[in-house]
Amino acid sequence: MGRAASEPPGREITPEGLFVRRREFLKTGARGAATAAVTGASLVWLSGKAPPPDVPETQPALAEPVALGAPAFTVDEPQTPFQAVASYNNYYEFGLDKGDPVRTASTLRPRPWTISVEGDVLKPRTIDIDTLLQWFPLEERVYRMRCVEAWSMVIPWLGFPLSALVDRLEPTGNAKFIEFTTLNDPEQMPGLRIPVLEWPYVEGLRLDEARNPLAFMAAGLYGKMLPNQNGAPLRLVAPWKYGFKGAKSIVKIRFTSTQPRNTWNVAAPNEYGFYANVNPAVDHPRWSQAAERRIGELTRRPTLPFNGYANEVASLYAGMDLRRSF
Amino acid sequence: MATPAARPLGAQPGATRPARSTPPDAWLKPGIFVGSLVPLAYLVWRAATNRLGANPIAEIENELGLAGLILLVASLACSPARRAFGWTWAPRVRRELGLLAFFYASLHVAVYIFIDQALNVSAMTADVLKRPFITVGFAAMVLLIPLALTSTKQSIRRMGFKRWQRLHYLAYVAAILVVIHFFWRVKIDVSQPLIYAYVLASLFVIRAGVWLLQKRRPARPVAGAG
Repeated sequence: MGRAASEPPGREITPEGLFVRRREFLKTGARGAATAAVTGASLVWLSGKAPPPDVPETQPALAEPVALGAPAFTVDEPQTPFQAVASYNNYYEFGLDKGDPVRTASTLRPRPWTISVEGDVLKPRTIDIDTLLQWFPLEERVYRMRCVEAWSMVIPWLGFPLSALVDRLEPTGNAKFIEFTTLNDPEQMPGLRIPVLEWPYVEGLRLDEARNPLAFMAAGLYGKMLPNQNGAPLRLVAPWKYGFKGAKSIVKIRFTSTQPRNTWNVAAPNEYGFYANVNPAVDHPRWSQAAERRIGELTRRPTLPFNGYANEVASLYAGMDLRRSF
Repeated sequence: MATPAARPLGAQPGATRPARSTPPDAWLKPGIFVGSLVPLAYLVWRAATNRLGANPIAEIENELGLAGLILLVASLACSPARRAFGWTWAPRVRRELGLLAFFYASLHVAVYIFIDQALNVSAMTADVLKRPFITVGFAAMVLLIPLALTSTKQSIRRMGFKRWQRLHYLAYVAAILVVIHFFWRVKIDVSQPLIYAYVLASLFVIRAGVWLLQKRRPARPVAGAG
């Protein structure tokens, strides 16, 4: 900086040398800023994620809260905020990132909606969702939800027991399993264009599992209708199993005598089984299932056998090797 | 390739101006340095304002790791970029990119150790020993440490260029391990790790091509760097 600045010839005239150097300085600065901008923007574009949108709680109410009695099953743990439940979703039909469904699921049309009932039943038929919802009194169930990816939530579902639906649909004596199929409409579900899983998404339960009092069909959460990204208009909730068992946006229920295929088992049979019971003693081949991160908490907590529902469901698996039937 | 960028205007009059008041591309390294800290600043801003989504720890780990991988691949792309496109500036930022990659990798591991696992040594030991995806990530981190420690000019002098260069080929090994780490971590969609695998593979192809050419014409001048 020395020379030119030390002896300014006058206030009005900038000396040529300083003029040139300042231009060079500004140019260097501008190029540096441009380099920083390009580098920063590319890195953020490649590695960063935009903040999730706020989910407006505009879902219509499904039932008067006063009409709901005390839940048959609840959890003495803080409930996961609606915002997190409705913006952190594994729903590949709406994109592979857990932040995608909240942005893309608005294309799903949960009304009008029908569910076809097929297979080993007395009367195969197609049922309108609103008819079906009137068959049973809606009740609330506060369940833990444990994802196979080692995170978990506590969610107040609204719906009816699956056992009631099974009874109403009258499976024949041949029926040993129940299979749920998710909607397969690329117009409503942009993620279906990516063949990352075999579409449509199918899941299943043994019929005695389906009849267990814990097995639940949810049409709502937090007292409101299910947001699309949570599986509107009707989804399965089996809280002692990993979350992927919970088929969403169900369009078909089929009773079968043989064990149905289930999508994640087809995709990676050594990693995901048919049973998928939450089991801290049986790790995923690539990561531990011994602990989980409860959404909203920083550190991990131990995972409980059957996700804390061993008293209710352990007897279903008496005599089975849960290491092999994972 | 000359770099007209650094001295356009100033070169003409030159009267009061010393010949080399500004080193060539003085803006390059600070620009890359500042730009490379943007992902970190963006993370810190979202963490401070609760905008990282429902699972912020996982998000932080993912983004730090990915930024580290991108910078590592970028550092490895420097000499192939000079060979392939004549970008003489690229090798000059290689060390900087490598150190920034190490910085992000260290943060990634620090979040895993101090927050994700909350210093649970037995869980982390089990992870490293039993989970191949963590094993390879751990190995990559270990490999990067000597490279960061010997990144100075003095180290090159002390070790001799040949030995130093041989040691620093480990950066390629580390990058391969990180890509494997990425592949084994994703649940099913491998499209992202695949991109980095392709980029790494094409860097190897360029290197192999250069090596073959040099073998055929051994007396190839190395002047291009100037």
